[in-house]
Amino acid sequence: MARKPLQFHLNGSEKAVFVEDGQNLLDVLRRGVGDLTPKYGCGQGACGTCTVLIDGEPHLSCLTLAETVEGRQITTTAGLAQGADLHPLQKAFMDNFAAQCGYCTPGMLLAAKALLDRNPNPSREDVVEAISGNICRCTGYEPIIDAILEAAKSRGFRQFG
Amino acid sequence: MPVKVESFDSLDGAARALSAARSARFLGGGTLLMRAVNDGDQSFDTLVRAVDPASRQVRSEGDGVTIGAGVTMAEVVAHRDLSFLAPVARVVGGPAVRNMATVGGNLFASSPYGDFTAALLALGARLELVGQGGRGIEIDEFLRDRERYVGSIVRTISVPRPRDPGAFRFAKVSRIKPKGIALLTIAAYLPQSAGRIRGARVAYSSMGPRPLRATAVERALDGQYLDAATIEQAAAVACDGIEPHTDGLASAWYRREVAAVHLKRLLTGERR
Ligand SMILES: Cc1cc2nc3c(=O)[nH]c(=O)nc-3n(C[C@H](O)[C@H](O)[C@H](O)COP(=O)(O)OP(=O)(O)OC[C@H]3O[C@@H](n4cnc5c(N)ncnc54)[C@H](O)[C@@H]3O)c2cc1C
Ligand code: FES
Ligand code: FES
Repeated sequence: MARKPLQFHLNGSEKAVFVEDGQNLLDVLRRGVGDLTPKYGCGQGACGTCTVLIDGEPHLSCLTLAETVEGRQITTTAGLAQGADLHPLQKAFMDNFAAQCGYCTPGMLLAAKALLDRNPNPSREDVVEAISGNICRCTGYEPIIDAILEAAKSRGFRQFG
Repeated sequence: MPVKVESFDSLDGAARALSAARSARFLGGGTLLMRAVNDGDQSFDTLVRAVDPASRQVRSEGDGVTIGAGVTMAEVVAHRDLSFLAPVARVVGGPAVRNMATVGGNLFASSPYGDFTAALLALGARLELVGQGGRGIEIDEFLRDRERYVGSIVRTISVPRPRDPGAFRFAKVSRIKPKGIALLTIAAYLPQSAGRIRGARVAYSSMGPRPLRATAVERALDGQYLDAATIEQAAAVACDGIEPHTDGLASAWYRREVAAVHLKRLLTGERR
């Protein structure tokens, strides 16, 4: 089977890997690069836990053909904290008990980051829309929505980027 | 057997590869095709893709707008010249799906998908296929025999812009808010002259295997004032000639029962 070279930026650092024909980006991130923060839930686009940002916009990595990200910027949850400092969204998720089993959390964080990067003052409705492709089976969503709204209000968000 | 991927920098190159391959599919945003790949679908062995910026362009010309088949739902929402289609694109999937799902791929989506295509059908869009010049084909003709086009590439979709924006109406009915898939979708284009409807086009999706026209409804509306009596008559024939399907969301019986209700709400302009 054909193996193709692929280069992209992951959380700011350059990655060069070989990918197989038909391999999806989630698989490349987890098995090829060893970033285990994007999770595999369904492989069908339905759960959103594999969400990553491609050039700042949320995409489902399980449905992204890996070779289409040549030269692009990928952000995963591993790229959120700066050293020991959690990202304001991560902090707000902790403070609001927005993670229970935690399986949806990486996708939620990135869907929320994409929203706040574009709209620093979202309404509750904007938040609900932004995470509408992400399923959480534990929290009932309210703590997640509260956390995202709180992170938007926290002054640190913009410096963190 | 794992799938093979072939990449081209033009749609024409991709079209040649598709016609030479035994069982290949053209890759749009991949929201349906990559699902199939992840599932181990054996009905195709090759993905053909093109990195052709032309397929992502939107051009306004005269009374219409021509959309590259590779334009995504998020791009439709954001584009100034496509504001009449933004409410349709906005209800396709969640934000990540909209960043990936293309207009071209939606043309091939089966129930419960195809919301955007229902709108294109109501507006009377035309498709241009790669390798076939001329005026292209009407979306009605395309949908009638869609399987025939599986190995071809749609280059652009040309949509007449509604002269009166209020003449185009759209409703997606789903159970899960804000994102769920459609129980049924109705798109209606009801241009009026001297107060009477002339040339009504009403389309459903998720009322059969692919988007279709509600011709009995169109006949009930044509030539009439959009008043209570006309709306009653249109609702009474909401499912004439249509055989909705049963799926995990609803039975055929249920779809038939509620289609008239939702059609009536759409025609009266009632918000839910
Ligand atoms: C979680 C989820 C939610 C969804 N919600 C909705 C929804 O609410 N409404 C809805 O309508 N759909 C929905 N979909 C289905 C799908 O995302 C859309 O229909 C989308 O528009 C398909 O486009 P694509 O570019 O991803 O298609 P692809 O997967 O790339 O392709 C699908 C088919 O179209 C063909 N194709 C693609 N582009 C072309 C072209 N230019 N010329 C010829 N053939 C082409 C492919 O060969 C393939 O057969 C959803 C999907 C997921 C995973
Ligand atoms: S694993 Fe990608 S959406 Fe579920
Ligand atoms: S915390 Fe368990 S799925 Fe969201």
